[in-house]
Amino acid sequence: MDFQTAVFYFLSTILVVASLRVITARNPVHAALYLVLSFFTAGGVWMLLRAEFLAIALVLVYVGAVMVLFLFVVMMLDINIERLREGFWANLVPGLIVAGLMLAEMFAVLGAKYFSAGAAPAPEAPAMDYSNTKELGRLIYTEYVYPFELASVILLVAIIAAIALTMRKRKDTKFQEPAKQIAVRREDRVRLVSMPAEKE
Amino acid sequence: MEALLQPVQDLLGVAWVPVWTLVKIFAIILPLMGCVAYLTLAERKIIGWMQVRNGPNRVTFFGIKALGGLAQPIADGLKLLFKEIVLPSASSKTLFVLAPVLALAPSLAAWAVIPFNDGLVLADINAGLLYIMAITSMGVYGVIIAGWASNSKYAFLGSLRSAAQIVAYEIAMGFALVTVLMVSQSLNLSDIVRGQGHGLFADMGLGVLSWNWLPLFPMFIVYFIAGVAETNRSPFDVVEGESEIVAGHMIEYSGMAFALFFLAEYANMILIATLTAIMFLGGWLSPVGFLPDGFHWLAAKSAFCLFFFLWLRATFPRYRYDQIMRLGWKVFIPVTIVWLVFIGGWMMSPLSIWK
Repeated sequence: MDFQTAVFYFLSTILVVASLRVITARNPVHAALYLVLSFFTAGGVWMLLRAEFLAIALVLVYVGAVMVLFLFVVMMLDINIERLREGFWANLVPGLIVAGLMLAEMFAVLGAKYFSAGAAPAPEAPAMDYSNTKELGRLIYTEYVYPFELASVILLVAIIAAIALTMRKRKDTKFQEPAKQIAVRREDRVRLVSMPAEKE
Repeated sequence: MEALLQPVQDLLGVAWVPVWTLVKIFAIILPLMGCVAYLTLAERKIIGWMQVRNGPNRVTFFGIKALGGLAQPIADGLKLLFKEIVLPSASSKTLFVLAPVLALAPSLAAWAVIPFNDGLVLADINAGLLYIMAITSMGVYGVIIAGWASNSKYAFLGSLRSAAQIVAYEIAMGFALVTVLMVSQSLNLSDIVRGQGHGLFADMGLGVLSWNWLPLFPMFIVYFIAGVAETNRSPFDVVEGESEIVAGHMIEYSGMAFALFFLAEYANMILIATLTAIMFLGGWLSPVGFLPDGFHWLAAKSAFCLFFFLWLRATFPRYRYDQIMRLGWKVFIPVTIVWLVFIGGWMMSPLSIWK
């Protein structure tokens, strides 16, 4: 077993265990943290496949931003674990059926001749000055420019929709406009009145 | 050097690479820890002088009066080392202990790709800039987990503030770095520094005007201020705002566990200062043509940026939380996006200075 294979098995073991703990951990915060660990390890596995841009982007986007907000929400939840577990036996049979179906589908796809590991020839090792990021950028902006632009437009629409759905102006909010506060002049607040001196 | 190392290399065989890498890692981490320790002293001294006080001036080496205060970091470190670590009841014990480690580890791991001089870098990887962004974005977990695991309202409030603040400023920081990588056409930090070494002014012997800070001036300012916010330093230190939430996420920590958070904060400061020096101030390059390049320039530039951190702390009152959010989302992000488009247009125009 060469070094790379050893690293692969090491990372895969952590990945599998962490993924299992995501669904078995009792505390939702622990589950979310196991998910962080599994993302991070998946990044490591991708790195082994020489996909360093995707690996680092996975860590940057999912570990660095998405999961932070995820944890943010999960930590504030007050979950009654007893109530959540009430329906376990009732939902077991449909759950098992769905899981079995998904497993069968995965076998059907991954077991077919195009996806089996032996079918694809191993890619040749790239040259030393090969930059994964540069190649990816070139492909995105030349060959795949339309799908890429489409995906960005969809994301943009999603962002605007999310903001539009959640934004509402409360009338009683005491929001302050810092620009207005800074722009205030003395004349707006204080009025100097010249009065004749009063005599006793 | 090569000839000296050859016998050791033969002796160790396969183990040579990991051993030699470990030696290099220690050669980075140990001086860094020393810098962190003395940065705390520098901070107290400089803020002291700014406020017309002396700062720490008692603890000294071997009773020499002239060195008064110089042993203060060592005394502080020993004090924290010997204190008891109190585990709060009903806290999540494993996470409580893990949190300081998660805070410190990313701030040290990021140093792997920092070039100290031409060719003097632990891991000269292509995607260095991306690596930095990914690793530094993980530092927030230490704070969040600490806040949650402590089972304390103050700590939890601190960690929530920190999560929102770091996510907000990371975007502006990322955009600032995107312009840097656009003009240097590379994600490799050594190449980014080398790219700043040539240009119209550098050929005239005035390298200081060829560095990125001049054409990317708004980005330079945004990056540095966002860096101050990312490290939770004053005036952005609402995360640990003493007057409101005591010490934020660190409130339940004592002894060495607290010290680790402290170390992480100062290590992050040094990291941000060094990154600013590398991205915008020409790294190891000399500002004028007749002086040689070298590591001392990087050190001097980082020290200059670090001084700004301390200066800001001594000067400004703490920001209000909604103002922090406004500055991040409504000021920095639009500014960076506008400058990004502007730089893109500039690079495509015949007036481009980055050919």
